[in-house]
Amino acid sequence: MILLAWTAVKVGYALAFGLGLAGFLGWVERKQSAVAQDRIGANRAQIFGWRLIGLFHPIADGIKLITKEDFVPARALRPFHALAPALSLGCCLLCLAALPFGGTVEVFGRVWSLQPFESRVGLVYVLAFLALGVHGVVMAGYVSGSNYGLLGGLRGAAQMVAYEVCMAAILAAPMFLYGTLDLQEAVLAQGGYWGGWLPTWGVFRQPLAFVLYLVAGTAASKRIPFDLPEGEAEIVGYHVEYSGMKFGMFMISDFVENIVVCGLGATLFLGGWGIPFVSLAGAWGGLLMLASFAVKTCALLFLLMQVRWTLPRFRVDQLLDLGWKSVLPLALLNFLATVWGAWLWR
Amino acid sequence: MAMTVRPVSRPRRGLLEQSYLWEVARGLGVTFRHFFINLARHCLRLAGLRAEPGAVTIQYPDEPAVLGRRARTRHRLLRRPDGSPRCTACLLCETICPARCIRITAEESPDPAVEKRAKTFDIDLGMCVFCGHCVEACPVDAIHMDADQVELAAYSRGDMIWDMPALMRDTK
Repeated sequence: MILLAWTAVKVGYALAFGLGLAGFLGWVERKQSAVAQDRIGANRAQIFGWRLIGLFHPIADGIKLITKEDFVPARALRPFHALAPALSLGCCLLCLAALPFGGTVEVFGRVWSLQPFESRVGLVYVLAFLALGVHGVVMAGYVSGSNYGLLGGLRGAAQMVAYEVCMAAILAAPMFLYGTLDLQEAVLAQGGYWGGWLPTWGVFRQPLAFVLYLVAGTAASKRIPFDLPEGEAEIVGYHVEYSGMKFGMFMISDFVENIVVCGLGATLFLGGWGIPFVSLAGAWGGLLMLASFAVKTCALLFLLMQVRWTLPRFRVDQLLDLGWKSVLPLALLNFLATVWGAWLWR
Repeated sequence: MAMTVRPVSRPRRGLLEQSYLWEVARGLGVTFRHFFINLARHCLRLAGLRAEPGAVTIQYPDEPAVLGRRARTRHRLLRRPDGSPRCTACLLCETICPARCIRITAEESPDPAVEKRAKTFDIDLGMCVFCGHCVEACPVDAIHMDADQVELAAYSRGDMIWDMPALMRDTK
């Protein structure tokens, strides 16, 4: 009974983490781009004259999206038109469950795990549901009865499938080093130190894989410079026929996908919930774990957000070239080198 | 003139550029520099310390718009030293106006040195394209476009038509 309640609490935390951060990211996106471009950014939404540097804008956005007309084109396939955003959002919310927000702590004589879904194959689970998310995109493009939507869906299929393959190939190398597919054990495997001071984080063990992972992760979550399924200047993309909260769900699932990618990156490359030279135990240790994981995830999100506001969009052929001809071979070479290196080092 | 061919050499792209990574890092350097400098300036200003503004934004409806010195804004009819309008109702501005937004009716002037004067002078600002031809055409320098007024919205098309007294009102 306690176990069930604790699981519910963890799921609630995962959902709050994903959706709360997604709403917050809407604000971050506006403000970070504004500050980087010498602008001020959205600052007009106010409650009783309080503006709070534009923090009310996500709320205003939400109210607007919910109260907007939910339009379904006459040529759209109705049930699937409604299913697509749910599939998209559902898949990436499910990914959140397997992220190790914290390790295990002993409080009140019991051992509590801070990972909502403890699985021996957590990584496969996350990658599988990230890959399933592409169905929402393709479905949205296919059933909206619009050629632009279809084009966006096609691009989404080509791009996301290509980079899901890359993701698996890239992550093979660090997971080989950690010797597990369990995300919790992957974090524990990064707990050591080299020479007594440098933590054995994935980013130091596998720098190439980290860079490749950021590229593939950005592409898999369709962020600029790889936001071709949207391509709002050319085709608007797979959600062209969506309005109101259905469109909002696509936007949120984009952000949540981004959070999942960054959370997974923090888990596998930045030492997860661990804090170097600090032993985490008890209730405060648990809180510190949660905070450490959140900070690392946010740091990666910040970096990717800055990339998003720095680079222009790739062309379709460039994008697929980069994926199939550069990232995938490099990832496989990195994997081979890792295996050989580990064998020679033995 | 004979056609000439000027060969334009494309910048050579080596492995460094082709790999994107170095160039991406350089681009990130630029945006990160702007981000952190602006953030620091915003924070210093919030703390009440004197610092450069972190943004170049003009909060327009709250702060007045900054117009260029040569900006063409709402028309202004100029006066003689005695206060009467300079316009001699020659209709040159009405003739040259590409948007046909000027309507002048002329009348006899009581001043024997002046042949005509404008009885009415209406400009339909809803039609005006702010090209400035009327200013160029005027032989007596009676019309300028320097009232520095750009907020000209009205609730009806009729309200967009400005008559002579309104046009002679100085906002400067």
